Amino acid sequence: MANTQSMERSGGLGGFPSIKTILALITGVMMLVDLYFIFMVAPTDSVLGHVQRVFYFHVPIAIVSFLAFFVVFISSLGYLIKRTPKWDAVAHASAEVGVVFVTLALLTGIIWARPVWNTWWTWEPRLTTTMILWLIYVAYLMVRSYAPTQSKGAIYAAVVGIIGFVDVPIVYYSVVWWRSIHPSPVVGPFAQADALDGTMALVLLFSLITFLFFFTYMVAERMELRNTEEALGRIRFTLRRRGR
Amino acid sequence: MSGLFGPIMVIVWKDVLLELRSRDLVVSVVVFGLLVVVVFNFALNNTPGRSEELAPGILWAAFAFAAVLSMNRAFVRDQEQGGLEGLLISPVSRDAIFLGKALTSLIFMLMVEAALLPIYAVMLDFSALSWYLMLTIFLGTLGFAVVGTLFSAMAVQTRSREIMLPVLFFPVLLPVIIAAVEATTRAVGGETFIGLGRWLPLIGVFDALFLVICPWVFSFVVEE
Repeated sequence: MANTQSMERSGGLGGFPSIKTILALITGVMMLVDLYFIFMVAPTDSVLGHVQRVFYFHVPIAIVSFLAFFVVFISSLGYLIKRTPKWDAVAHASAEVGVVFVTLALLTGIIWARPVWNTWWTWEPRLTTTMILWLIYVAYLMVRSYAPTQSKGAIYAAVVGIIGFVDVPIVYYSVVWWRSIHPSPVVGPFAQADALDGTMALVLLFSLITFLFFFTYMVAERMELRNTEEALGRIRFTLRRRGR
Repeated sequence: MSGLFGPIMVIVWKDVLLELRSRDLVVSVVVFGLLVVVVFNFALNNTPGRSEELAPGILWAAFAFAAVLSMNRAFVRDQEQGGLEGLLISPVSRDAIFLGKALTSLIFMLMVEAALLPIYAVMLDFSALSWYLMLTIFLGTLGFAVVGTLFSAMAVQTRSREIMLPVLFFPVLLPVIIAAVEATTRAVGGETFIGLGRWLPLIGVFDALFLVICPWVFSFVVEE
């Protein structure tokens, strides 16, 4: 009661931590447990050795990045229909975190590909689609920041968020069909993913849940940062008006 | 139907008339198209034996670059002279404005391609006399025009608009480029519709899908 402003800032009720703080704690603990599972509990792959462990990072990160762009798609639709800034905030945060995740997915994929497939990169459908995803959502962020006004940027971004997401399955199938007529000499042991033993599958599942929490926490953090940015913008605006 | 068709034709005629008077778009894009072939010829070391393999790729790379170049200009004239605001306050639906603009881009691109195709056929040594090649070019260009017009309307408003359009355009149109190259390879090789496989239907699905989505989102892009 005495200081409502500081209460708003901490985002919590009285002495209770905010949802974001709780998320951060859960994510931190899970991340440590996940690391322990990946390096201590999961058995070493009989064929690939230790390098196979990158798989527990790569697969969850890739899945979460696809999920992130699905969130962008839904909230872009929501923003165009409802026009409430909340939808745009979710789309913006999810797209930024999604681009970070998809970058990590590409990098961990490259680390995996070199020892396993004996090449850094191959124009395989999943790789190519992930690369295109990266390009589309980088364009999403660019069009948002290069737009003449913030509200225009939100609309342009929502348009790219919708078009991009609709386009991704078409990209995937066109590359699959293209692939079927240009066979690659480097197709690696793809069956590896299916040949997971029980412990491996459990570690993978745990890792996926960990990264889902991590993603949610990052989105919450980014949305709060955006609120701060907007508040700062308003303060700057009033200061400038008072100054002149 | 006439409520949509009439305004579309007026918008198309306005742009065609502007182009007929200035001739600054189609001619320059054709010259650019020739330059692309010269560059690719040396970049890919196009010797006579490999021409059949390389020609469809060079053809579509040139068409895609030419499409971006000409679409970059699609809204510039309207933007500079305030013509777009005039269009928007006129009692014409947003769909008609979008479709008119897309049709204009399609016409300009087909004109450019009609001028370039015989030259490419000679320079890259392939037979352009195939109905299926014509159909592939039409469907591919339709995809370029529909999505390109939407992105162009956004890019023209942004900073560094010349870069924004290709950055948006190429990743989204990758399926059309892949499918068009594959269909062209087969059409040039003398295949008929069945021989072209899934590639023409793929472009058709892409065109139909974005012909539905793009007019809808365009109304948000141009609103004030």
